[in-house]
Amino acid sequence: MDEPKKTPFYDKHVALNGKIIDYHGWLLPVQFPQGLVEEVHDTRKRATIFDVSHMGEVTVEGKEAEAYLQKILTNDISKLKDGAIIYSPVCYPDGGVVDDILVYRINSEKYFLVVNAANADKDYKWFEENVFGDVRLQNRSADYAQIALQGPDSKEILQELTAADLDGMKFYRFQPDVSVAGVNSIVSRTGYTGEDGFEVYCKNDGASALWDAVWEAGQKKDLRPAGLGSRDVLRLEASLPLYGHELSKDLTPLQAGLDRFVALDKTVPFNGQEALQKQKQEGINRKLFGLEMLERGVPREGYPVKADQEEIGWVSSGSYSPTLDKFIAMAFLDPEVARQSEEVHVLIRTRSYRAKITKMPFYRRD
Amino acid sequence: MDYKVIDGLKYTRQHEWARQENGTAVVGLSDYAQHKLGEIVFVELPDVGAEVEAGKSAAVIESVKAVADLYAPLDGKVTEVNEALLDQPEVINQDPYGEGWVFKVEIKDASQLEALMDKPAYEEFIIKEEEEE
Repeated sequence: MDEPKKTPFYDKHVALNGKIIDYHGWLLPVQFPQGLVEEVHDTRKRATIFDVSHMGEVTVEGKEAEAYLQKILTNDISKLKDGAIIYSPVCYPDGGVVDDILVYRINSEKYFLVVNAANADKDYKWFEENVFGDVRLQNRSADYAQIALQGPDSKEILQELTAADLDGMKFYRFQPDVSVAGVNSIVSRTGYTGEDGFEVYCKNDGASALWDAVWEAGQKKDLRPAGLGSRDVLRLEASLPLYGHELSKDLTPLQAGLDRFVALDKTVPFNGQEALQKQKQEGINRKLFGLEMLERGVPREGYPVKADQEEIGWVSSGSYSPTLDKFIAMAFLDPEVARQSEEVHVLIRTRSYRAKITKMPFYRRD
Repeated sequence: MDYKVIDGLKYTRQHEWARQENGTAVVGLSDYAQHKLGEIVFVELPDVGAEVEAGKSAAVIESVKAVADLYAPLDGKVTEVNEALLDQPEVINQDPYGEGWVFKVEIKDASQLEALMDKPAYEEFIIKEEEEE
């Protein structure tokens, strides 16, 4: 194993007494002294700052950049405008998932992709293998730092530091070449928490100044740092999938309920199209459902789910939800049985705990 | 020392504490352990009457992110469990040595209790453990 890498914000986390862990080869804070539960509340009520520099960035340039992306993405980017972002799975020909990514369109011949840290190297290799025509790829993961400013106060905090019109920036829109406290950045209205918020990318050399400026501007709003632990709970409350849990090479985006990000009828063929069309026609044996525990018990990844003693699937992500004060989970279940079941059971160690199937997202902001 | 260690209690290497009380031992989780676990959201208690064995899991304590076994500090029959924890597991965080007790076990062999660490020994133990982290 290589030595775990430090992001440009590592010293900030240490100074804030963050508990550091090795996350897919990156030294990142899992939580800060206020604790995971408080971090969740802080994010929903005010604003928090996350270091998400571990995310990978890839640029795609060239005359055939759009055609190339149409081939590797399940989503359709033909209507994507400059300055807009689209979420899309990337599939293998068998419909299994390589990764789920964000695609930023700078212009028709230049795109900026954001990929999961754990998948960054694998993705880049896959992207390269699929290249055709006038397409140039660059793996920029090592060059960019990224912060996520999340929560209802995010806009006010960030607006103090930039002339860019953040009110005019809608959800899933971005601006490249924005000065944030003098640091050249890409600013997007995106996030992984289910709250309003922004993600700011800059080159490593500007990272420290960017963090300090955001931190200082945030103090009036009692901005707090937040770590990977609360990020995972926040995304679960918002029912956002996480690769390795809801998505993998053995699970398709249709199983994960991501149908609206799979343009099955896209006129240009894409990787996985036939397999996914076939799966749609033939039916799906495991599909993602939301669970809410009816008795106290923490549903965790891998726990079996049962209906009438029969095993009907497994928990892919689960936790106590501080926002809802409930125990919630996402689970891959036999859809036919699940739809008929008023109640199911989650097997926690040796005992079965009652749960009901519930709509997702568990939490949606007003 | 950032963590509270109480005089008069006995401590295990897995961070349980035990307090002698009329022929039984009251068992709980140390302040150090509850700090390390974080916000506790769920407790699985042993059955009253169950036989527990020293060093074997007797209860399960879960925080948002972690599942931890609570090991019995000594052999014996469980005489009482703290059912208040089922609805308010966070009491372990708030008062680990008091209201946050987990179960009581009859003392069969007092030497098992005697062999556990006292306050100074446990303090030294957690300082070492912190250094190793």
